[in-house]
Amino acid sequence: MSFLTVVYASLFYLAVLILLVGLVNKIAQYARTPAPLKIPTTPAPVTKGGVVFRLVREVVLFESLFKGNKWTWLFGWIFHFGLLLVTLRHLRYFMDPVWLPIELIQPFGIYGGMAMVVGLVGLWGRRFLVNRVRYITGPSDHLILALLIGIGLTGLGMTFVVHVDVVSVKQFFLGLLSFHIQPLPADPLLLLHLLLVAILMIVFPYSKLLHAPGLFFSPTRNQVDNPREERHLAPWARRLEQ
Amino acid sequence: MAKANLEVPELQPYLEIPEVVPGVMAHSRPFVAKPDHQEPLGFPGELVDDWQNKAIAKFGDLLGRYRSLQVYMDACVKCGSCTDKCHYYIGTKDPKNMPVGRQDLMRKVYRRYFTLPGKWFPKLVGAEDLTKEVLDDWYSYFHQCSQCRRCSVFCPYGIDTAEISMAAREIMDHIGVGQKYCNEIIGKVYKIGNNLGLPGPALRDTLEGLEEDVYDDTGVKVRYPIDKVGAEILLVTPSADFFAEPHVDGLVGYGKVFHEAGVSWTLSTHASEAANFGMFIGSYENMRRVSQRIREAAIQLKVKRIVFGECGHAWRVAYSFLNTLAGPWDFLDPRYPVPQHICEFTHDLIQQGKLNLDKSQNDDMVLTYHDSCNVARASRMGPTPGGQFDIPRAVIQAVCNHFHDMDEETIRERTFCCGGGGGLLTDDLMELRVKGALPRMTALNNVMQEKGVTHMAAICAICKSQFTKVLPYYGMEMEQIVSVHQLVSNAIVLTPGEDDDLDDEDEEEDDDESADDED
Repeated sequence: MSFLTVVYASLFYLAVLILLVGLVNKIAQYARTPAPLKIPTTPAPVTKGGVVFRLVREVVLFESLFKGNKWTWLFGWIFHFGLLLVTLRHLRYFMDPVWLPIELIQPFGIYGGMAMVVGLVGLWGRRFLVNRVRYITGPSDHLILALLIGIGLTGLGMTFVVHVDVVSVKQFFLGLLSFHIQPLPADPLLLLHLLLVAILMIVFPYSKLLHAPGLFFSPTRNQVDNPREERHLAPWARRLEQ
Repeated sequence: MAKANLEVPELQPYLEIPEVVPGVMAHSRPFVAKPDHQEPLGFPGELVDDWQNKAIAKFGDLLGRYRSLQVYMDACVKCGSCTDKCHYYIGTKDPKNMPVGRQDLMRKVYRRYFTLPGKWFPKLVGAEDLTKEVLDDWYSYFHQCSQCRRCSVFCPYGIDTAEISMAAREIMDHIGVGQKYCNEIIGKVYKIGNNLGLPGPALRDTLEGLEEDVYDDTGVKVRYPIDKVGAEILLVTPSADFFAEPHVDGLVGYGKVFHEAGVSWTLSTHASEAANFGMFIGSYENMRRVSQRIREAAIQLKVKRIVFGECGHAWRVAYSFLNTLAGPWDFLDPRYPVPQHICEFTHDLIQQGKLNLDKSQNDDMVLTYHDSCNVARASRMGPTPGGQFDIPRAVIQAVCNHFHDMDEETIRERTFCCGGGGGLLTDDLMELRVKGALPRMTALNNVMQEKGVTHMAAICAICKSQFTKVLPYYGMEMEQIVSVHQLVSNAIVLTPGEDDDLDDEDEEEDDDESADDED
C-alpha cells in the first residue's frame, strides 16, 4: 500500500474523529446549558408544533436572513442548497449498491456544485464590496470561503477538466468504512480536493460552522411563547427558591 | 431642561444607512457607579484587584448558566444581516454599534480564553486578551445598546445582542465597574420601593390630587386607591406614572377604566414600581429580588389578579419572566392570565361593550403608534402571536377617529427603539439618545408630512420620557408624545356613582379591610 494511501486514510479517520467528537461535545454543551428565561423573539409560536415549523422555515428557507438582507439571502441560500445537492451526490461513494434516490440526484449534484461556487463568490464579493461587511470580516472569514470555493472548484475540475478514476475513489472510501484500506489514486486534483474536505471537517467544531447546530439551540428561535401558562425554571435558578 | 449642545442629524425622507466611521462614539460612556450604588446590589464597590481573572471567571460562569450566551458566542458567521439594523449604528455611524460589531467586543475575548483556535491562533480568528482598553470599550459600547432585540429579528440564528450586552454588564458589575444610573435606581427600589424614590406619603398625596382633578373635570368620583387590602386587582405601574407627563395621564386613564369595569383595585407602596432595571444589568438575582416585591405585595394585599400599567421592559419582565422569577401564582384567580397588561384589560372591556367611549374627544389629534421594543419583540398580549401589535392599536382606534401607522419597516416586529431603552435614559448619554432616535424620528416626520399626524402614542414609560426629551431636538414639540390610556381617558364617558354629589369624606378607610368579600 502506498504511503499516500496511508496518509489519506489516516487523515480521514482523524478528521472524522475530530468532527464527531468535537460536534458531540459542542451539542452536549449546548444541550446541557440551561436557558433560564423565556426569550423567544416575538411574535413567536405558542405551541411546540409551531416552534418546529419556525425552525424548519429557518433551516430550509433562511426566513430571518430573508427579512434582513436579500442579497446575502440569495447567495447564502444558493450556496447552501448547492452544498446539499453536492453532499447527496457524494453519498454514492459510501454505498454499494447505490440507493435509487441518490442515483437519481446525480445530475443535479453537478448543478449543485456550480451553484455552490456561484453562491460563495457572491458571499465573498460582499465582503469586499459592502463597507459594513468589510469591517466585520476577519482573516478566518476569508479562509473559510477560500476553503469552500477550493473544494467546489477542485470538485468541478474533476468533473469537467481532469477526470479521475472514480471507481477507485469509491473503493477507497468503502474500504475506509469497512476498515480494509484500498489504494487511493494519486491524482493531484483529487488529493487537493480531499485534503480541503478533511480540513473542513477538522475546523468544523472549532469555527463559525457551529452555526449549523447552534440554530437548533438558539433560545430566541426554539422556545415556545407560553411563559404565563407554564412556569419555566432552570435548575440553577431553582436553587434560589429555597 | 435645556437642550444640550450637540449635532443633531437632519431628517431626510428616507433613512440612509451610513458607511462606517470607526471610533466616533468611543467617548460616549455613562457615569460609573460609586460604591454606594454597587454594594446594595451585591457588587464590589470599585474595580477589584485581579479584575481580569475575575472577569474571565464570571464570563465562564455565565457561559455555563445561559445557553443564549454560549450559542451566540459560537454561531455568528459575520453575514452582515444585522449590520444596518441598529438605531444606534444608523444614528452614530460607529461600527461598534453594529450588532455584530458590539457582539465581537465580547466574542474576541470569548475566543481568546474559551476556544482552541483563539488560544493557538488569536490573530487568525480575531481573539484578544481582556485588557484595560478592551474593558473601556466594553463599558462604552455595552452602554450603547438599548437591548431592543431588533437585530435578533434579522439574524439567521436569532442571535440577540441584548443577551450579550446584559452578560457584559453583569461581568462588569462583578468586577466593580457598574453603571451609576441603573444601579442607583435598583438601590432605590430596595430602599423605598420604586425607581424615583417616592415614599408612600408622596404617592398617597399624588393619588388624592388625581382623584380631585378627575372629580373637577368630570363630576364623577373615580378612586385611585393604594395599599387597599382585599382589592381584586393589584395594579403595578412604572413610578413615572405618578409624576411625569404624559405618563400620569395614562394613570388617570387606568383608574377610569377600572371605575367603569366596576372592579376594586389598588396600587401598592411596596411594589410601587413596574420597571425592573435588574434586567438591564443582566442580573438574574437582582431582577428576581425586584420581582419578589410584587409577589409580596400581592400576598399582603390579598389581591386576586395582577395588572401591569404602560411600561415596555416591565411588560417583558412581567409577561416573560414574572412566572419564573416570582411564581407560581397559584393563589390568584386562575381565570385570568398572570399578569395582564392594562391594554388587554381595556381591550376586553371594549370587546364586551362595557366602555362608553366618545371618540370625538380625541378629534384634536391625528395619531400614530410607536411599538415599544420590549413589548413588540419580547412579549405578547392576548391569546395569539402578534396581539402585542393589534391590541394597543385596537384600543387606540376604539377611542380615536384619526389613526395612521408609520412606515411598515419601522413598526411591529421591525419597530425602532425610541433611543433611550435598556438603562440608557440618563442625561449623561444625551448625545447617544438623540442620535439613536433618528430612525423613529424619520418615520414620525414622514407620517406627519404625509398623513398630517400630530401625536404619537406609546405604552412605555421610557419611550414617553425619551421622546419628551428628544422631540425638541428634531424640531418637534414634546407634547406630541401621549399615553395610550391618556387617549382612553379622554374618550371614556364615566358612569356617575352614588357618592358623586357628596362632599369628599375620608371615613371609608375602615371599609377597606372587608372589601375582599365582595367579589
